[in-house]
Amino acid sequence: MLETEIAVIGAGPAGLSAAIEAAQAGAKVLLIDENAKPGGQLFKQIHKFFGSKAHRAGVRGIDIGRQLLQETRESGVKVWLNCVVWGLFEDKVLGIVHEGKSDSIKAKKIILATGASENAVSFPGWTLPGVMGAGAAQTMINIHRVLPGKRILMLGSGNVGLIVSYQLLQAGAEVAAVVEAAPKIGGYGVHASKIRRAGVPIITSHTIKEVIGESQVEAAVIAAVNKEWSLIPGTEKTLEVDTVCIAAGLTPLAELAWMAGCECMYLPELGGYVPIHNEKMESTIRGVYVAGDLAGVEEASCAMEEGRLAGLSVAEELGYLEEHEVKRRREEVVERLKALRIGPFGEQRDKAKQKLVQAWQKKLGQG
Amino acid sequence: MAKEIRSGIEVTGVASIEELKNSPGFPSEKRLKKGPVAVIECVQEIPCDPCEKACPFGAIKVGKPITNLPVLYEDKCVGCGRCIPFCPGLAIFLVDTTFSETEALIKFPYEYLPLPKVNSLVDAVDREGKVVAKAKVVKVETSDKYDHTAVISIAIPKRFVHEVRGIALNRGDKNG
Amino acid sequence: MRVLNHPILGKLERKKIVTITVDGKALQAFEGEPIIAALLANGIRICRKTRKRGEPRFLFCGIGRCTDCVMIVDGIPNVRTCVTPVREGMKIETQIGSGKWSTSDAGN
Repeated sequence: MLETEIAVIGAGPAGLSAAIEAAQAGAKVLLIDENAKPGGQLFKQIHKFFGSKAHRAGVRGIDIGRQLLQETRESGVKVWLNCVVWGLFEDKVLGIVHEGKSDSIKAKKIILATGASENAVSFPGWTLPGVMGAGAAQTMINIHRVLPGKRILMLGSGNVGLIVSYQLLQAGAEVAAVVEAAPKIGGYGVHASKIRRAGVPIITSHTIKEVIGESQVEAAVIAAVNKEWSLIPGTEKTLEVDTVCIAAGLTPLAELAWMAGCECMYLPELGGYVPIHNEKMESTIRGVYVAGDLAGVEEASCAMEEGRLAGLSVAEELGYLEEHEVKRRREEVVERLKALRIGPFGEQRDKAKQKLVQAWQKKLGQG
Repeated sequence: MAKEIRSGIEVTGVASIEELKNSPGFPSEKRLKKGPVAVIECVQEIPCDPCEKACPFGAIKVGKPITNLPVLYEDKCVGCGRCIPFCPGLAIFLVDTTFSETEALIKFPYEYLPLPKVNSLVDAVDREGKVVAKAKVVKVETSDKYDHTAVISIAIPKRFVHEVRGIALNRGDKNG
Repeated sequence: MRVLNHPILGKLERKKIVTITVDGKALQAFEGEPIIAALLANGIRICRKTRKRGEPRFLFCGIGRCTDCVMIVDGIPNVRTCVTPVREGMKIETQIGSGKWSTSDAGN
């Protein structure tokens, strides 16, 4: 069995940040990712990020990703790509398949940064070629440089739906409409305004009734919904599209956390079942930490800060950082994180995160 | 079914004129008559403040917390438009009601291809993407500093100055 | 359709072109791109047909997790085309049902 001090699972913004922080403190870090390239969803985010200068506002996600990769290289983090972690056992042993070979790793500390997966919405015709997750479309256009289709209907007006619609326009596709079941737009107004200026209608209180096509998407029928989310008969409209993207939220990929015995809490405002953790990002299993969308679906900026917190915590636990140094660094990060969780969009997430911390304290006492 | 009055940024994705005029980023009529001035169409509290540092004259302030709506100090604003490419939400514009006898100038951020050609005639659109006028492209600014956000200046008939905020996407030669 | 020029990402890099076959038809692809991207670039939007009703399936999650995009690649079924890079001479086939693992009757 292989051994490592710190294993970080998932090389997205949270995992990269955690690995960098711990390695910069002097710890030996192994960063594992099942994909052929690191970065998680970060390299698909070609738009400029929000926040303040400390959050790298105004910088595009792809460039932040490049900066993180450089820091990862410079801080001596060992990176294993094409490595699936299929098991996490209670004695902090990881079951892995690395480039086709089975193995196991015993780690002193584990940081889970496994992210989240897109939710599916089913309607008649949802299995037709041309119906896909919004993230899939984003991957095709921004990473693989191919259009998933020519004329798209976007289901969901959260930030993902709005941003991916904009990016589809930038890639040269047409967006017939963004359809949103709720009476209000879910994402930021500025993202919505960009696509409205490009002539894309945002149709609230509507959803997809069915998608039609012989062997692929040929049209989508949308209809209005009432307050009980039921379709209102007689309100159907048919839109000629060849692609339907579903942007209906993300759910934390918490399988490894569940396996390890971490207790989870159901918080719909954070995407579903979220591993309970404290402010140091430690789960209910000592030595297992969580960060990023796994710890609650938010944004890449939050993921990076949480990654740093987790990295700091493990470095501290292993004795690589003096108490005053940790305190100083932790305060900086917590302040930046707080700044991202204020305002009408952030408050809800902040309250939910506090519930997690309170639940942790109830179960494990003062951290 | 009764018709609800549905307006406002949360419902349509387009800020209503009331929301805009009530925001601290919107210049007064008096200032608009004087010459070029920034118009910040940012009406929701989200944590974001790059606009503050983008202005070399200190005419934009967000302060703390960074969810504050940006405040335009219109007397400090010289109408240079340097802030335009730095707003991640592409929500800052420049408006010059004094451009000519009959025309106003609108400067806006643009992140599509192809870029329009200077002196060409294009379709000017309002916040809903509706074509409201023909416009002449006066300037197309690109710079490494803008990080792929171009700034386009168009001349439009004066009466559309509060409406026009962009140009129709050209779906012709997008791979050129 | 390929995005040859992009306002943020710039012009598409010149990559090595390889020839692959999809259901016997020779097509061009960029070496190393995922099979699904090569299919989309060549206007193909089907990966497989379901076992019971023969319904068409294609790309769904795009990142190797849902398995909707699996095809038979060089005789091996259930290969996730969204995360498998193309190589010169790769033989790709529309998979019917769950595929067969024995190379003697792979492909159908």
